[in-house]
Amino acid sequence: MDFKDSPAEAEFRGEAKAWLAAHAPAHELPGGATLPEVEEAERGRAWMRELFNGGWSGLTFPKELGGRGLSGIETVIFSEEEGKYRLPKGPFTTIGTGMALPVIAKHGNDEQRTRFIESTLKGDTTWCQLFSEPAAGSDLAALRTKAVQTDDGSGDWIVNGQKVWSSWAHLTDWGILVVRTDTKVPKHKGLTFFVVDMKTPGIETRPIRQISGMSEFNETFLTDVRIPDVNRIGAQGEGWACCMTVLMGERLGSGGNRSEIEPLIDLARRTPRGDDSNMLDDSAVRLSLADALAEEQGARYFQARLRTMVSKGENPGALAGMVKLAYAARQQRALGLTMESRGLDAIAADPADGSTPHLQYDYIYSTVMRIAGGADEVLRNQIAERVLGMPGEVRMDKDVPFDQLS
Amino acid sequence: MDFDISDEQKMLAEQVRGLLAERTPFDHLRKLIDDEAEWDEPLWRELGEMGFLGANIPEEFGGLGMGDLDLGIIAQELGRANAAVPFTSSIVLAADAIRLAGSSEQKQQWLPRLASGGVVACFASAEGPGPILGTSVSFSGGKLAGTKQPVADAGIAKIAVVQAGEGLALVQLDQPQVTLTKLDSFDQLRPHYRIDFDNAVAEPLGGDNVLSTLLDRAAVQIVFEAVGASEACLEMGRNYVMERQMFGRSLASYQAIKHKLADVAVTIELAKSNAYFAGWAAEASPDDLAAGAAAARLTAIKAFELAARENLQVHGGIGYTFEANCHFYYRRERMLAVIVGNRGFWADRLLNAQPGAQGKAA
Repeated sequence: MDFKDSPAEAEFRGEAKAWLAAHAPAHELPGGATLPEVEEAERGRAWMRELFNGGWSGLTFPKELGGRGLSGIETVIFSEEEGKYRLPKGPFTTIGTGMALPVIAKHGNDEQRTRFIESTLKGDTTWCQLFSEPAAGSDLAALRTKAVQTDDGSGDWIVNGQKVWSSWAHLTDWGILVVRTDTKVPKHKGLTFFVVDMKTPGIETRPIRQISGMSEFNETFLTDVRIPDVNRIGAQGEGWACCMTVLMGERLGSGGNRSEIEPLIDLARRTPRGDDSNMLDDSAVRLSLADALAEEQGARYFQARLRTMVSKGENPGALAGMVKLAYAARQQRALGLTMESRGLDAIAADPADGSTPHLQYDYIYSTVMRIAGGADEVLRNQIAERVLGMPGEVRMDKDVPFDQLS
Repeated sequence: MDFDISDEQKMLAEQVRGLLAERTPFDHLRKLIDDEAEWDEPLWRELGEMGFLGANIPEEFGGLGMGDLDLGIIAQELGRANAAVPFTSSIVLAADAIRLAGSSEQKQQWLPRLASGGVVACFASAEGPGPILGTSVSFSGGKLAGTKQPVADAGIAKIAVVQAGEGLALVQLDQPQVTLTKLDSFDQLRPHYRIDFDNAVAEPLGGDNVLSTLLDRAAVQIVFEAVGASEACLEMGRNYVMERQMFGRSLASYQAIKHKLADVAVTIELAKSNAYFAGWAAEASPDDLAAGAAAARLTAIKAFELAARENLQVHGGIGYTFEANCHFYYRRERMLAVIVGNRGFWADRLLNAQPGAQGKAA
């Protein structure tokens, strides 16, 4: 066991550091202020282009597809170093590289790979995800958005339905879309995967008014949207397998390197308790934050174990879900506790205090982490079933043709 | 980076696990309790003969000269088996104290005998209710005075490493100025004693800052022990619910049970990951030891607590019987939760190891 870089890893880190030092500062976002979304997305493209020109995109992507064909460890090293700068990265860049590209690479054809891979790596094509629906979240395969192939000889598909929680759909170029193409077979078997130009007539995105006050998520309505057959990824009925490829990318991609608990400890230390001491001297606060910090460190080393597994060709499977399950609950707990330790000031602070709005926003946002990308309850089922080998849930709809479900 | 135990360490784990499964099955533990046995002496002898007790003791002092992670692998298996041996007292605390702080004569005199298992040592720090590091026992002019309690394994120990203030003393227990009184122990497989020192003759066990380093290093091993025990609880609970039928189906098919055990599994993996890091830090990166050990300790206390409690819970009423095996861990867990300091103690140490900490005494 060795937690430190091997000589080859250290050399790679050195190269990454040097390149970032020369190129990253020009792309850093201004501290404190939030940029308008349009500008943030544009800056995201510029950073992608910089990465591409410098040879730092698609690190794990196969060489023959325009990537560098490196191991997972190198991606981790690069993202650790990249994370030291405040760069414009977000769903508008990661959905493309982390979800669209893996599925196009694995399930697409050569023409599709040529069309999308390089332009995505360069930031010329950005992506959103059109998966969830109002009645299909954790149970994604229950989705109802329908595609019917025309009989006008074009082979085009006509899509009707509604998607939801599509991050940045209003500012991205293309979407990855999963729809139902066959209602006569059980739900997982009747799905097909497409890529869709977001400027196609019939696509309307509406911002969702979220509890945070922000609107980075959208609902997307598809009305008689015409998609050419060349934009179908994989075969008809292969949609579920494509979704699994996408979701694997999502699981392994989540989780950062920067401590999110240390700033809360720092905040408690800066919060007066009424005597000469501060809130970190309060034993209840102290114990809870120390617990959260210990858990966060455990999660960091757990991810190191998972990466080691991946680098040895093993598949961590449902183990990867443990990172997010622990993270989401920990964030909500620690942020809620920190609000309490700030006292009534956590509810309405002096405008000059920059930290409270962040605390409030993060506490609100912590609910998202417990739901998106595998809800707590779904992850617990997966861990129980796939790690502990316990029985699966009763799935009464599993073998019933979709059109016979009530 | 290669963040996994080595193939050799995996083999070592299997070897120790196999031996313990054969020598100390649960019925054997039940018999030791019924017989009011002090310890599992034959097992201790065998562990000594096989070299396991001296795993991380240098070869020049009769050990195998392996690393702290190797010892952790052994501790993990002893925890899994809930073995009735003075491993923590004699090896993890006393032998390590001598190794860290002892003079070369003290090392020569004791380490080979501790490594072989021929001599057992205990470690005394608490003085009744309250902190793990007592404040009353004094050591001056070569004389030790005061009372330490409880002290695990004192009844079978020849020597004790005694914390007095910030320092450590080494004392032989077979002298008239030392009186042992056996206490009722909550962990029925780990006897505890009160030791009265009436100006007992003792030697200083020198070195600066040794106590803090000793506690960090001991915490790492105790974390491995707790991780092994937690895994045993999870496996036992999981196997029971897989067999048990209820309302016409497997108890394991209920989400209330699945989610409970999934949560146990997550807390164990986090603790185990911290244990690996802390073990690596003890061996190869001393600057990372303080934070690593404290984080590992906090997560391992949580994991074993949850695992021991929920294991008994999913067993239902049978779990409350002496014939079931949940109680061994349910009792051991409370001991491991307070040995070398409780949660609050290690929370302080973790926060004090952070950059920006204002140096509160740990």
